[in-house]
Amino acid sequence: MTMSVAMTVNGKAVSGNVEARTLLVQFLREHLGMTGTHVGCDTSQCGACVVHVDGVSVKACTMLAVQAEGSKVTTIEGLAASPEKLHPMQEAFRENHGLQCGFCTPGMVMSAIDLVKRHNYAVTEEIVRHGLEGNLCRCTGYHNIVKSILAGAQAMKAAGV
Amino acid sequence: MKAPDFAYARPTVLSEVFDLLDGDGDVRLLAGGQSLVPSLNMRLSAPSLLVDINRLPGLSGIEARDGVVRIGALTRHGEIARSALIAERLPLLAMAAPHIAHAAIRNRGTFGGSIALADPAAEWPACCLALGATMVVASRAGERRVAAGDFFTGLFATALRRGEVLVAIEIASPPAGSVAHFSELARRRGDYAIVGLAAQVARAEDGAMDPRLAFFGVGDRPVLAEATRRVIAGGGGIADAQATLGRDLAPTGDAECAGATKLHLARVLLGRAMAALRTRGDA
Repeated sequence: MTMSVAMTVNGKAVSGNVEARTLLVQFLREHLGMTGTHVGCDTSQCGACVVHVDGVSVKACTMLAVQAEGSKVTTIEGLAASPEKLHPMQEAFRENHGLQCGFCTPGMVMSAIDLVKRHNYAVTEEIVRHGLEGNLCRCTGYHNIVKSILAGAQAMKAAGV
Repeated sequence: MKAPDFAYARPTVLSEVFDLLDGDGDVRLLAGGQSLVPSLNMRLSAPSLLVDINRLPGLSGIEARDGVVRIGALTRHGEIARSALIAERLPLLAMAAPHIAHAAIRNRGTFGGSIALADPAAEWPACCLALGATMVVASRAGERRVAAGDFFTGLFATALRRGEVLVAIEIASPPAGSVAHFSELARRRGDYAIVGLAAQVARAEDGAMDPRLAFFGVGDRPVLAEATRRVIAGGGGIADAQATLGRDLAPTGDAECAGATKLHLARVLLGRAMAALRTRGDA
């Protein structure tokens, strides 16, 4: 069954014709060509596919594209103000060596921003470690990821984002 | 494509849902989709039509009415975790929420969806049993109410009949002095429990306990440990209660461990719960 779908992705109105079974992550990657959102496990375990739908984190491999009809979607590509100016959380990952191979990074950053906002910037190491339960890093680089998120939370607060 | 092909409908009024449920084929309701979509992706389910109920008005939210908290079926796990009303009136649910999957899944998954799915290792069905919740079920014929104890009928099986939709769950506030306890054992936080315990414990002024102990991950549905309840209510200690638990539970083994191990772990959780309740300042 093919359906039309329209939504806002990173502030831009997009639409397409998709089969109903198309996942949101497939729509982003294959229809829109936005490959920043990754597919890791396909079973909602790993968190590589996390995007924001209407302001909260969602696993894009566990939501149909047609379910996002009319929604505002933000992906990793939509965070930086410009190619020169990264989002404070992205910058914190760079500064703190928060990535090794980088595969899990888009989902880590999207989950981190939702976590920081949900706690109104007041995150602790314990909150961050529990908050990352749905994001797996196969390089096992968690220590620096946690460090990055704690620094990113401060930077987000300072920047008011 | 990962999922098998299916038709999709997004009704905006309940009467349309009833019409769609009357159709031929395997018609499934899609709520948060956090169990259904992965099962479609793995081709464990192949419905002919998915009826997305997320845009139906009035099925979401938490409100208190006359000593009863009414939770709309579409209320997300995360909303329950963050609700001040739930923390005050039904702390058992607030304690259980962080154990459900992960943050991004809690943003989508729904209270009603988890209850209608009736996974025997899931947190919400056991909480409903411990709290004596009432399921509000709608169909073209009107509404009916089903007690939690009659709702879970087997492995992924409930008292919902064809053409019916779970629209809300009503839970009476526990009496003053009653305390909640929740614990579960899982290999990783966010996984389904190997064994879990949701308990709501009424306490008399003399310290006598009357616990509603709902164990999950121990069979084809959550189980209220009634014999153990009577032993504890009669003044029995931890060892008596743990010995009696074998009359309430007969777990079968699964991919995690053998049935005997599950019973042992359930006894461990019971012992910890009783010890915690005795030492709690508010108890």
